[in-house]
Amino acid sequence: MLREAPILLEAKGVHAGYGPTHVLHGLDFVVEEGNVTALLGANGAGKTTTLRAVCGMIRTEGDITFLGERITGRATEEIARMGLAHVPDGRGTFMELTVEENFKLGAYVRRDAQVQSDFERMWEWFPRLRQRWKQQAGTLSGGEQQMLAIARALLMRPKLLLLDEPSFGLAPLIVQEIFGIMRRIREESGVGILLVEQNANLALELADRAYLLETGSIVMAGPAAEIRQDEAIRRAYLGY
Amino acid sequence: MSAISITTPIAMPAWKRGALIIGGLALLLAPLWLLESFQLFQLTMAVIMGLAVLGLNIVTGYNGQISLGHGAFFAVGAYATAIPMSLLDWSFWATLPISAVVCGAVGWGVGFPALRLGGLYLALTTFSLAVAVPQILKHKSVDAWTGGVQGLFLLKPEAPAWLPLSPDQYMYVVALIVAGACYLLVWNLLRGRMGRALMAVRDNPTAAEAMGMDLATLKTRAFAVSAVITGMAGSLAAAVVEFVAPDSFTFMVSITLFVGMVVGGVASIMGSVFGGLFVLFVPNIAEAISRSAPGIIYGIILIAFLFVLPDGVAGLVRRITARLRRTKGREKS
Amino acid sequence: MDAFAHQLIAGIATGGIYASVALALVMIYQATHHVNFAQGEMATLSTFIALTLIQAGFPYWVAFFATLVISFVMGALVERILMRPVQNAPVLTHVGVFIGMLLIISNMTGLIFGYTTKAFPTPFESEGLLFGGLVSAHELGGTAVTLAVLTLVYLFFAHTSLGLAMRAAAYNPRSARLVGIRVGWMLALGWGLAAAIGSVAGMMVAPAVFLDPNVMLGILLYAFAGALLGGIDNPTGAVIGGFMVGVLENLAGAYVVGTELKLTVALVIIIGVLVVRPSGLFGRVVFSRV
Repeated sequence: MLREAPILLEAKGVHAGYGPTHVLHGLDFVVEEGNVTALLGANGAGKTTTLRAVCGMIRTEGDITFLGERITGRATEEIARMGLAHVPDGRGTFMELTVEENFKLGAYVRRDAQVQSDFERMWEWFPRLRQRWKQQAGTLSGGEQQMLAIARALLMRPKLLLLDEPSFGLAPLIVQEIFGIMRRIREESGVGILLVEQNANLALELADRAYLLETGSIVMAGPAAEIRQDEAIRRAYLGY
Repeated sequence: MSAISITTPIAMPAWKRGALIIGGLALLLAPLWLLESFQLFQLTMAVIMGLAVLGLNIVTGYNGQISLGHGAFFAVGAYATAIPMSLLDWSFWATLPISAVVCGAVGWGVGFPALRLGGLYLALTTFSLAVAVPQILKHKSVDAWTGGVQGLFLLKPEAPAWLPLSPDQYMYVVALIVAGACYLLVWNLLRGRMGRALMAVRDNPTAAEAMGMDLATLKTRAFAVSAVITGMAGSLAAAVVEFVAPDSFTFMVSITLFVGMVVGGVASIMGSVFGGLFVLFVPNIAEAISRSAPGIIYGIILIAFLFVLPDGVAGLVRRITARLRRTKGREKS
Repeated sequence: MDAFAHQLIAGIATGGIYASVALALVMIYQATHHVNFAQGEMATLSTFIALTLIQAGFPYWVAFFATLVISFVMGALVERILMRPVQNAPVLTHVGVFIGMLLIISNMTGLIFGYTTKAFPTPFESEGLLFGGLVSAHELGGTAVTLAVLTLVYLFFAHTSLGLAMRAAAYNPRSARLVGIRVGWMLALGWGLAAAIGSVAGMMVAPAVFLDPNVMLGILLYAFAGALLGGIDNPTGAVIGGFMVGVLENLAGAYVVGTELKLTVALVIIIGVLVVRPSGLFGRVVFSRV
């Protein structure tokens, strides 16, 4: 359900690319507090590129504001410290380090006293991670690594969570689990989520707002519920 | 790094080409009359160092295998000439084929373990080789041949009776001939399939292999050819300097060649000529300042070139001539 | 038997030096995938600085710690000024920059401090040998110091937050940035730490070999051999490798090839490891994906 809420992230006229290749052509989108915004589209549409642009990982032009501050051109680590957690494509797991160390890295920039209680909360959400506490993260299964990545991001106590294809390469049951977690995040905290997904069906079920990306431009935008119900759009752009 | 480093042939009328060749020859031979004995010696050494840098350039510049140990081949070539000349009284020319064969074999031999090593590891391994060379040369088991720490003395070859040149002048001509032959050989080798193959392996070995190139043979051959060329330079150096000793071949020789290659221009034949000139004359000037100065200046120039002019002097010249040619073309049309 | 025991222990003592330098090499390699050819020269410069401080009247341990700090700063500065601009350049450029550094640092050391061999004091004096003639006080003390340094470094990386962040930055800079780690600073820190460790190695080896600008080059090669033997991407392995090389070098020098060919032993080890088992005894075998 799309609620009225303060805007966390606003992008206006964002252009971005890799080297000489121009991938994003003037994107506009928003993510609000406590809402899930889905970014949908086919392979190569530019979804991952969009997340990278927000995080300052690639050459970007345009206006991106986070919590009222302009972040275009800022270093990735500074943006992260502002409260933006990004779970990248491929999960970004620190393979050589243990699950425990991955957790600790999530809490690296925090100076408050609630880190231990947050660890405990994550153990409750992801009991399997607690079981594998001292294991090398690289030995975890794909689903477990995805959960670890989300836990690591949540331990940053972010205001905004970016998720790049969390369902990728995972069995349907695990995917259900993960989307359940995302629902929990939305319910239990005011964290906004920007979700990139190829699985449009799942994404639209969860999302409040959706944008459709095609070769670097937004061709459709609106409340997720409307887009889900519009058969023509679904057939044309989402393939079902 | 531009893959095209061998100058594309310029269309030129025959008379112009003839004039250039004659002019070039005149320029090369002029020093025989214009320079004093010592300066001629220095110029001869510059030619020799240019040849040595060319050798390094083949395997590192064109083929991407970083060698910080080419001083070893230089030493092998030097001793391959010094031992027969000093102990067995052979003539200089007779030692050249031996030098070529021995250096080729050693180069091939080094090339084999090198196959297993990528950029950095190869650099470090060849560097270890360079550091170990003086020790190996001084060892008891070979010092009957190498002359041990004291080294071997030779005499510069005399010019044949029909050529009225002093030994210094003769050696300059000999160096030009040997170097010239080597340059021609290498130029011919590199502008054809071999050159393109070497560079393909340098730039994208996986793709090259996928296209059917035999990486192992190509890379070991590159090392072998490279060793022969640098070895030839070593042979010439032994005869010109009239002395070889283990401590003449410390790791600084290898580093010097490396610096010469970078400054002159990686993957460029002309660059090797610039490199040779640089390597000879800069330290001479720097040594006048202090003992440490050559090393410091080398280091600063090396880093400066890597930051600012990675293509070396040859690259700069190439860019300038290309720009001149373009403006000329624009004027014509 | 006594002589063998002495060689063994001497080998462990020198092995401690190699282990320290090997650790410094591996730290920089892990973070940047580059080998610092100039590590030995930097250590030599540090040792000369220490000597200057001692000759100026400072007590040994004051000079020791001051040198550590100075070396740390130097290492961090080198990373920021020289390495940062070429971080995305091809391998040849990196090798060239390291060689350039080697030339500049070793010659500057010679320029500032002169080329005559100098004696370097040891804080561990003793009359003759200890433990029934097996080991000198300096060998014992020096080994203790290097072991202490290695232990502290291990504790730092394994149990502190900053150490964890540095490891993370070395293994996966992209993910490290995403959790807010300032990767650039971590690199500078790594270089500083490596330089500090190298300076300890220099100060511990100097009393035994006397100090001149070229002494550390051989040590660098042994350290590299040790790092390779243990696994260039494995700090613990590198330390073990360093000790092994120390013992091997001493035993080979005493019983097999004679002391004149010791550097060749390093060369043989390097080639041997790279040809037979490139990942070393404890390293990870890496396959490159096409």
